[in-house]
Amino acid sequence: MPIVVDRSKCTGCESCLASCPFDAIEMKDGKALINEYCQACMACIETCPEGAISEVKGADEKVVDKAALDAYRGVWVFAEQREGKAAQVAFELLGAGRRLADSLKVELSAVLLGADDSQAQELIRYGADKVYHCDDASLASFNDQPYSRVLSELIEEHKPEIVLAGATPIGRSFIPRVAARLITGLTADCTSLEVDEGSRELQQVRPAFGGNIMANILCPNNRPQIATVRPRVMKPIERQESRTGEVIKVTPKDLSSGTKVLDTVKEDSGLAVNLQEADVIISGGRGMGNPEGFKLLHELAELLDGTVGASRAAVDEGWIPYSHQVGQTGKTVCPKVYIACGISGAVQHLVGMQSSDIIIAINKNPDAPIFGVATFGIVGDVYEVLPALIKKIKEAKA
Amino acid sequence: MNIIVCIKQVPDAAEVRINPETGTLMREGVPSIINPYDMHAIEAGLWLRDQKGGTVTALTMGPPQAENALREAISMGVDEGVLLTDKAFAGSDTWATSYAIYKSIEKLGADVIICGKQAIDGDTAQVGPEVAEMMGIPHVAYVRKIDEVGDSSIKVERMMDEGFDIVESSLPVLLTVVRELNEPRLPSLKGKMKAKKAEIKKLSAADVGAVEDKLGLKGSPTQVKKIFAPEARADREMLEGTADEQADKLVKKLSEMKCLL
Repeated sequence: MPIVVDRSKCTGCESCLASCPFDAIEMKDGKALINEYCQACMACIETCPEGAISEVKGADEKVVDKAALDAYRGVWVFAEQREGKAAQVAFELLGAGRRLADSLKVELSAVLLGADDSQAQELIRYGADKVYHCDDASLASFNDQPYSRVLSELIEEHKPEIVLAGATPIGRSFIPRVAARLITGLTADCTSLEVDEGSRELQQVRPAFGGNIMANILCPNNRPQIATVRPRVMKPIERQESRTGEVIKVTPKDLSSGTKVLDTVKEDSGLAVNLQEADVIISGGRGMGNPEGFKLLHELAELLDGTVGASRAAVDEGWIPYSHQVGQTGKTVCPKVYIACGISGAVQHLVGMQSSDIIIAINKNPDAPIFGVATFGIVGDVYEVLPALIKKIKEAKA
Repeated sequence: MNIIVCIKQVPDAAEVRINPETGTLMREGVPSIINPYDMHAIEAGLWLRDQKGGTVTALTMGPPQAENALREAISMGVDEGVLLTDKAFAGSDTWATSYAIYKSIEKLGADVIICGKQAIDGDTAQVGPEVAEMMGIPHVAYVRKIDEVGDSSIKVERMMDEGFDIVESSLPVLLTVVRELNEPRLPSLKGKMKAKKAEIKKLSAADVGAVEDKLGLKGSPTQVKKIFAPEARADREMLEGTADEQADKLVKKLSEMKCLL
């Protein structure tokens, strides 16, 4: 355990206890003790008035071959495609990747599996300098083992320092296999990616602990640093028709797989698409109290030509189907107006909607975290405020 | 058929609150539960056993108190509980966790391994696919339906963004499952009695042959550098008054901004 308490200095004041986001400090015989939940985040070190908590280096310290890490250069984006078309998230990742590559003064490359050359050109127009492209027909539909093998082998050969992929059903399924294979770190669902130019370390920010708090995560001793990012979190750069780049054809040796996609069935998931494309979203949370309350939200949504969303709490209560869920485990949305009704604002929800242009929060509790991201805050009972609001909007429209 | 269900004990997210002053988690008194998605994995394991016979083993990695999660699984009908516990596992990220679980499954042996799609405390959805890769077997993520189970293959539906895929996989396979798959059964009285008396098998890092420098903080490629509360928006405006006045102010604001109205 690299964080230790010097028991001779500890006065048992307990001021470190609250600083630990992992609940990893307990009191034993009147002194603080770090238990096995410790993640070495070092939050406690500065809170100790006696300077009794410190990080121990030495025995547990890994021997790191810095020269080997330095051999990794460049930023890569795994550009997923569906039915032969590069997905929107690929362009968004190229936007984020372009920024990182420029800071590091390296090339931005994309990996495209199973689509045709027109898509490779499109990736270049959105910022890629190079595209590693394999158009083998067997890669047309997503298949975990060949996808992870091909991407891993390309990474081993070309050694990029950063690899980004979409936190989609595809990326979230096979990218962990790539990280497992390459023995490197993978940070899921990042909401912000910054790079330190000196150390070249990728600062990955993601919600942690059920999305109640944000964590800054590093991958200091392994390469590449792999991160997934949810759709609609990053912004693409503007498409440049005249942009040129290099397309490198890849011929994988082994495309075998234990799984076979027998059929792909499309379902009318109009609603989910609606949520991500809606200009106005009216969402309800635990504070709605019951499924009946969502009728008010639907009424307001109809009036404003919007769509109804929900927090995880409301979905977990069974008040509204999962397809309406906004947040880390639901959809990430970015409407012009987001109205949060009876939603307290766990980080897990906030990360899914905080980039909305205008956020209106209605909640009984003035300390609810949702007010932290709100443009307009209304402290009050949703069952009083919403009917009043519906009435006023009807009047204004009349 | 040997079926292993991987489960995780997590704090009940609905009960976790943030300390408004320090911005840190207040976990004191928060009950521990089986990760909700893992309940569907348990049900899927029991269903498979009903179809094909065999045994269902629940496997968890965690501190000694994670034993309670295994007893709950046994009360639902699982045959055996295995607790992977060792100080050496402390601070493991998803890679190091996957490695420890992979070593245990190798030791226990399995035809089908079932996990929940993700755990609600980390939401990474990584451990299932990583374990499959380390074992060198296929996996199917986000399984919402099991269509057919044969002796050497399985046919399932996996959720995708715009619908679903019908996927056939050879065995052994690892599946990660979503809520839509099934409705977890409630513990029976007999199950509860059995759970009370059941002996939980405990495995250490050495028992499963896990190499120490691939475990815990040392074996974890990712490190948590800092924990912080999200920043507040600077331009926030609170609308005061009665509900009518508040509604009125909001409508005026929105009209001024030429928004919606």
